[in-house]
Amino acid sequence: MTDTATPTPTESLLRPSRLMSRRNAAERRFRLYGITAIAISLLVLAIMLFTILRDGVSAFRQTSVTFPVVLTAEALDPSGSLDAAAMAKVTTIGYGKVIDSSFLAFLQAEGLAVDGLSDKDARAILSKEAAGQLRAQVLAEPALVGQTITMTIWTNARIDGYFKGRVTMESAERDGNVSPEQLQLADLLAENGALSRPFNWQFLTGPDASDQRPEAAGLGISIIGSIFMMIIVALLCVPIGVAASIYLEEFAPKNRWTDLIEVNISNLAAVPSIVYGILGLAVFINFAGFPQSSSLVGALVLTLMTLPTIIIATRSAIRAVPPSIRDAALGIGASKMQTVFHHVLPLAMPGILTGAILGLATALGETAPLLLIGMVAFVDNYPSLSAAGALDPATALPVQVYGWAQRSDPAFIERSSGAIIVLLIFLVIMNAAAILLRRRFERRW
Amino acid sequence: MNKMQNPETLVIANANKMTARKVQVHYGTNHAIKDVDVDILDKTVTAFIGPSGCGKSTFLRCLNRMNDTIPVCRVSGELLLEGENIYDPRVDPVQLRAKVGMVFQKPNPFPKSIYDNVAYGPRIHGLTRNKAELDAIVESCLKKAALWNEVKDRLDSPGTGLSGGQQQRLCIARAIATSPEVLLMDEPCSALDPIATAQVEELIDELRSQFSVVIVTHSMQQAARVSQKTAFFHLGHLVEFGDTGQIFTNPGDPRTESYISGRIG
Repeated sequence: MTDTATPTPTESLLRPSRLMSRRNAAERRFRLYGITAIAISLLVLAIMLFTILRDGVSAFRQTSVTFPVVLTAEALDPSGSLDAAAMAKVTTIGYGKVIDSSFLAFLQAEGLAVDGLSDKDARAILSKEAAGQLRAQVLAEPALVGQTITMTIWTNARIDGYFKGRVTMESAERDGNVSPEQLQLADLLAENGALSRPFNWQFLTGPDASDQRPEAAGLGISIIGSIFMMIIVALLCVPIGVAASIYLEEFAPKNRWTDLIEVNISNLAAVPSIVYGILGLAVFINFAGFPQSSSLVGALVLTLMTLPTIIIATRSAIRAVPPSIRDAALGIGASKMQTVFHHVLPLAMPGILTGAILGLATALGETAPLLLIGMVAFVDNYPSLSAAGALDPATALPVQVYGWAQRSDPAFIERSSGAIIVLLIFLVIMNAAAILLRRRFERRW
Repeated sequence: MNKMQNPETLVIANANKMTARKVQVHYGTNHAIKDVDVDILDKTVTAFIGPSGCGKSTFLRCLNRMNDTIPVCRVSGELLLEGENIYDPRVDPVQLRAKVGMVFQKPNPFPKSIYDNVAYGPRIHGLTRNKAELDAIVESCLKKAALWNEVKDRLDSPGTGLSGGQQQRLCIARAIATSPEVLLMDEPCSALDPIATAQVEELIDELRSQFSVVIVTHSMQQAARVSQKTAFFHLGHLVEFGDTGQIFTNPGDPRTESYISGRIG
């Protein structure tokens, strides 16, 4: 060997060569890029979570006033019969008057008064929703008539916003819906101890409310709708998707037809979700005649949308099972079906579950196709909690977020962010379930 | 078929178990096996030797129709197991594979317990009526595979946790648990160290008293040690087939001689 190729005859291992230091520098740069990318994504995630929590956490508490309400018999049961049908003739207006007079009496008794605040404006700080709720309570329990009960009644969204920092004295000057005097009254009530901010169960269980009363808006119906849809999507998608993948991967001959099917499945996974909404509208509602706005139709549309994702994930999980396992099973005389169900499927299970949960999580957060099949409607009645409830009108969490984000009242921004928090909690629960299931199915090699 | 067995006899007097006549294998347009005629004798070890890519593994996989899983593979000619053509359309390959077991190059135990690995075959073929019978089969197969003493206290631990040699012996135990008539081994020792190889070779010699064994090997020493019959494949042709002693000491074909002496392959 001649050493004409080496320009420096004395190359020490203690000193890195020029090429080596360049290679090391490139490696360091690459690591730096990686760390930067991860740092940026973590920062974005942190900012997103921070803003959502900042805007949304307050939605879980609601400013309320506690005071005694005198349920006068003359006003609520003019016939004096305690008969439900007769009492039902008294509308919410009648109950509103009862609440108003009790509230004004309470203010007077406690000596809470603000100069220049009319009685009408004073009682306006209470939510308009309260009358309806009191009416439902009294109709359910007519014996309450004639008694004095202590009620905790929501304040309206502006007073609530005042205690959450959304409304200030200055903004109240310019706001037609609230006056500084009303805020002063709220301050007095707070000093008196009548104001509290209990956990807002209505937000999690109540139905949606109109634009004028954001304090009453709740997620109950959309949570029920989303749960219905997730159950139906999981029941339809996972068996169909897994069965289709097993057939395509293990049994189907490899020919032009299966190639065509494969290309189409990949393409379907990339179709914009709103297109599935149009499809669902045409097929399930207009052609098949399923009730619109129902969770069943929503679930069917989401199933169509999720199937390609699940099929693709399942197929790659099945493909990742080493062929030696199939050989081993076939070699001792297992049939094709036994090979798949005894050996391939258990080994592919973790991958299948990951794919299924990813698909379901996408479906849970999907809005666009649901808009087209009418799940964006204002739904005030709870769907039945039996299986038939899937046919009742409902909304879904992401649609509710979308709907609230569109409304003008700033209180709905808070509600919208709160709904996002609920949606994220759902996703975390689903992912945790997936991780647990995967742990359970994972096999040591 | 149950004749007197004289292990001293080197002259093979056993009956034909499998017969191959004019077997051709095509992979798409590639003609991989050309006109192979081989007789696999009962209770005999037959070795297939030859350079890589000569078709010996392909031919081995024809013997239990494992090539059926490769869509482009076509087999023609006549392959008989005890006089019945195994490529007859009426033959179910699943049933055939219970009679013609296979051990693969890389140890491939199922990711299940040692017990379940051995018990799987008898279970799916319904060979046992109760748990006691199954236990007996598992024990006797593990004993035949010379693995029982090493694993009898941990039958519930995963088969994949064993060492490479143990795994291969577990695979052999699994293959013989269905009581096959022929056992095919595709380079069973290529992933094993010399000690494990010696154990497996010893095992093959013992198995010969119950089945016919067909072994594909790259090691000519191994072929000489374990087999009574040797077939030399080259470029898809069966060059020479005869008694092992004769092939290694007095080959009839110059190609066989070149391969054995290390000049080709």
